[in-house]
Amino acid sequence: MSARAGTLTHWAITLLVPVFNLVAALVVSGLVVLVIGENPLEVVQLLVWGAFGYGEGVGYTLFYTTNFIFSGLAFAVAYHAGLFNIGAEGQAYLGGLGVALACLYLDFLPLPLLIPAAIAASALFGAAWAFVPGWLQAHRGSHIVITTIMFNFIAASVMVYLLVNVMAPPGSMQPESATFAETARMPFIHEMLGGLGIELSRSPLNMSFLWALACCVLVWLLIWHTPLGYALRTVGTSPQAAVYAGMSPKRLTVIAMLISGALAGGMALNEIMGSQHRLILEFTSGYGFVGIAVALMGRSHPVGICLAALLFGALYQGGAELAFEKPKITRDMVIVIQGLIIFFAGAMEHLFRPQLEALLTRKAASPVTVEEGQPSG
Amino acid sequence: MERQAGAPAIELKDIDKRFGAVRANRDISLSIARGTIHGIVGENGAGKSTLMSILYGFYRADSGEIRINGKAVEIASSDDAIAHGIGMVHQHFMLVDPFTVLENVVLGAEGGLTLAAGLEKARAALTALERDYGLEVPLDAPVETLTVGQQQRVEILKALFRGADILILDEPTGVLTPAEADHLFRILRQLKDQGKTIILITHKLREILAVTDNVSVMRRGEMVGTLLTADATAEKLAELMVGRRVLLRITKADATPARTVLDVKNLSIVDASGVVRVDDASFTVRAGEIVGIAGVAGNGQSELLEALAGMRPFSGGTVSINGTALDPGAPDAAALREAGMAHVPEDRQRIGLVTPFDACENTLLGHQSDPEYHRGLLLDHGAILSRTRDNMTGFDVRPCDPKLTASLFSGGNQQKLVLAREIERDPDLLIVGQPTRGVDIGAIEFIHKRLVDLRDAGKAILMVSVELDEIRALSDRILVMFAGRIVGERDSSADEGELGLLMAGVTDTEAA
Repeated sequence: MSARAGTLTHWAITLLVPVFNLVAALVVSGLVVLVIGENPLEVVQLLVWGAFGYGEGVGYTLFYTTNFIFSGLAFAVAYHAGLFNIGAEGQAYLGGLGVALACLYLDFLPLPLLIPAAIAASALFGAAWAFVPGWLQAHRGSHIVITTIMFNFIAASVMVYLLVNVMAPPGSMQPESATFAETARMPFIHEMLGGLGIELSRSPLNMSFLWALACCVLVWLLIWHTPLGYALRTVGTSPQAAVYAGMSPKRLTVIAMLISGALAGGMALNEIMGSQHRLILEFTSGYGFVGIAVALMGRSHPVGICLAALLFGALYQGGAELAFEKPKITRDMVIVIQGLIIFFAGAMEHLFRPQLEALLTRKAASPVTVEEGQPSG
Repeated sequence: MERQAGAPAIELKDIDKRFGAVRANRDISLSIARGTIHGIVGENGAGKSTLMSILYGFYRADSGEIRINGKAVEIASSDDAIAHGIGMVHQHFMLVDPFTVLENVVLGAEGGLTLAAGLEKARAALTALERDYGLEVPLDAPVETLTVGQQQRVEILKALFRGADILILDEPTGVLTPAEADHLFRILRQLKDQGKTIILITHKLREILAVTDNVSVMRRGEMVGTLLTADATAEKLAELMVGRRVLLRITKADATPARTVLDVKNLSIVDASGVVRVDDASFTVRAGEIVGIAGVAGNGQSELLEALAGMRPFSGGTVSINGTALDPGAPDAAALREAGMAHVPEDRQRIGLVTPFDACENTLLGHQSDPEYHRGLLLDHGAILSRTRDNMTGFDVRPCDPKLTASLFSGGNQQKLVLAREIERDPDLLIVGQPTRGVDIGAIEFIHKRLVDLRDAGKAILMVSVELDEIRALSDRILVMFAGRIVGERDSSADEGELGLLMAGVTDTEAA
């Protein structure tokens, strides 16, 4: 009876809620644009063109998308286990240290071996940075939001220290590591495809993008197709039911944070090994925080996260283009628009949900009333 | 308040209320005479609570009319309801625990700028009310120090203090001992004698028969009948509620207990705040018998069950299941399941099920490590699905849709999902808490039968229930718990009065 209709409705809501939120954010953004005296339609056109209109733009869009996929997945895995990990920023930062160490000191390895090593290093360092807040949450009840925020600050300070005092090459005044050898860089997509005879515009888009997509599949398998993922979701939904089922919430809390931190480390792979080719200060530049919005908008599902990450990637790239073309619309304006989307997708997530649900359930269920007499006890 | 002579206290006409697709109340008409106790019975989801919520201003009816003392009224909020002289005693008390009785009663009706003046005025009024109705609660005691029965009387006092002429009581005896329930009924009769009108919502047919003047039966949002209590019998009411004949008491053969499956010796449980919850409990459960633990809620039964099911550490004593001893400090439900334990917890919504998960995923709960459900590193969703489908057919779960979210099943069907999951894994010991709490009469019959079948199949069953009738109907032996201690053991023929005394803490030695 209503069960089929129920799942259908569920899917409709899952898809429609983000769309409504996005439209609402764009409408409000349009009003803001109007106020400063620009034409919103023209602005949207520029934004879309900047993000998707030409090869280099698409490359940059996907490059940013890669960051958001990693940070979105990182947040989502912890979120499934009931943890609000807002420390992806710091975990990615430390992941960068791992990647840089691998690229600087293991550069004797051939690239097919170095890449897995760098991936492992990014995951290991990110996970290690997430472990402490995870352990404190599990065993001491220290709230994960507080500890991960604090760990972001600690990570920032540690990295400044390391880059200024330890990792900067002798004689250099720059707070950054030595540049990686040519052979210790993540191949660019345009180079790889160029080798196959497909010509693409140059962009920082690199192989980390493929690893990000692979991580989507792995997270999907983990969360919905393994006993561990099932346990993580159970703990996240009902810790008491988890104890009833013989799971250990403490252990699972730590595991969720380890996986989350490892995924956050992926951002460093993209930025450091893929684009900067040296460890620099503040390369995470807020991607970790945007990941929260990406995950919430993507309903913590890898497919949704990919779509949301693409949206934010397009906003970043299209926004930069927009700021360039329209002097009245500064970089800050673009951040306002991003902020509005985050606001509607994250904080105001339930703005349209009740109305939509009421509307759809009534529609879906109306033919069922005839059957209501069916015994249900 | 102006009254028309002879008009009923409450008259409902064609009340209709929809929630989305569900018609919770359809064309309900009901008339309640002044100065009577009117019972309303019905299964869960029959629409009793919705109807009362409309009367008390929580919901507004889609259509229909409410007349109080002959006058049509609009009740848009609970303030309106109170202004029309309607008071409500909720199933879960709405009291501020650290406040005194007096402060609780005055809360929201303080009157005046300073508290002191209002309190003194209230004190005088309350003393008079207590005297008139025999309510007997210490006005200056903090509510948290009172017994549950006393707290309930505070709720009644609150309603009366606000001038209630019509009192609605929602499942008032769920948390009371039989003696406390009797006390409540005495108060209700006294209120009635003073001209108050009382609406009693309950699913306990015996109480309806004992205390009401008239009784209305609801089924699936409809009022299916109103009759004089004098003309009603439990069987007749049950039949009206369910729409078919039901067996109220299960028939079972004598138990043939065999080897000991669960052995508990000197078990003590101290909770996180240092309170002793279970104190030196010793008992056994053998294969082929049902041992029931009776007691008023909150006397250590829940903690006992949780410890035996590997969900809570214990501080003293030994427990062994099938000869496997439990580790007191490191509860491990998974290991116990391996040893042959199955557990239907008291709270299926929070513990026994993960309600946002679908039925399939709930089949996996507790058995997530079972190789039956694995294919390599991944879960075998096909195996889980077919097991769920089998369980649902075997236990007549409706609707039979393994992909339906658990929260969308009715209480009875949720309970069947949990029972099916636990029983179908062929355990040696079933630990079951409140097997039929919040479950419809039709499903109760089914669940009881399955439990007896399981016993007859040679399994050991330990059952905790606050429903004394259920304990007496199913158990081969009855243990009574009071204040964390097992204060007595009786066989299934024990009479209710005797068990009631034990539940109130009057032990064998004191009684003798």
